Amino acid sequence: MKLPVWFHKLGSPPHFFRLAGLFSPWLFWPAIGLLLLGTYGGLVVAPPDYQQGDGFRIIYVHVPSAYLSTMIYAVMALASAIGLIWRMKLAHAVAAAAAPVGAWFTFLALVTGAVWGKPMWGTYWEWDPRLTSELILLFIYLGYISLRGAFDDADKADRASAVLALVGVVNLPIIHYSVIWWSSIHQGPSIKKMDAPSISGDMLWPLLVMILAFTLFFAAVLLQRVRSEVLDRERNARWVLDIMDTPDKVSS
Amino acid sequence: MAEFFAMGGYAPYVWSSFGLTAVVLIVNVIAARRRLQKSLQDAGRRAARQRHRSAQV
Repeated sequence: MKLPVWFHKLGSPPHFFRLAGLFSPWLFWPAIGLLLLGTYGGLVVAPPDYQQGDGFRIIYVHVPSAYLSTMIYAVMALASAIGLIWRMKLAHAVAAAAAPVGAWFTFLALVTGAVWGKPMWGTYWEWDPRLTSELILLFIYLGYISLRGAFDDADKADRASAVLALVGVVNLPIIHYSVIWWSSIHQGPSIKKMDAPSISGDMLWPLLVMILAFTLFFAAVLLQRVRSEVLDRERNARWVLDIMDTPDKVSS
Repeated sequence: MAEFFAMGGYAPYVWSSFGLTAVVLIVNVIAARRRLQKSLQDAGRRAARQRHRSAQV
């Protein structure tokens, strides 16, 4: 298979380092704008839920963070697979950069879920399939991060942690289908791909805005983190030394 | 306004969720920035050493 030239260029560390630095703010500031819009929509515009009153508004931070927790893992696993198959260093760098961000959003999904569960279910925690599989996701992220930290050699760390990331993929369908396969305390999905959503328009748009905002935020943070990974991996490369001689090129 | 902050009796749950979310987002920005600064500093130090060495030769 012949890959286009721009793809090869993207795979070249100096190009990636520069482009990622240019693109990141263009993802970050729209993310902040959408976060403010979605928060306003979720807290002010959306009507109270007929069952949960204003308590349902936690959905606007819980669902986007839960979505990111699995989406980031998918990105991490895909990047790991590409890194293993094509021996592409940049792909491993993406996987390594995604892990801490994924762990943070998994933590956020668990805690906002617990805080939502208290008034609605009467408990912060239940050993329920959805909750338990999400907790396991957090442990997989933390295992991945500490496995990387256990190697001094970047190549070995890349390969070992990539295998762990791929094994952990089995957890993703378990999280997703847990509310369907087993009787769960957790409610089913509010938005289904092929169905009309089960919530009203004024409740829905802030949720979609927040999901988009979280996704852009992740992309912006990921790009900056991959830049760090690339810089560390290329420590002795000529282009890194060149960049250091012209510091204005590096800023932000 | 007071009614808005009361969140129909769910104030502690709603505000703590949104507050924690803000904290996690800010922490992620700061952590990524610090990480990049550290990588740049390391690279800068290596480059300086390299220059020093080539100046000696």
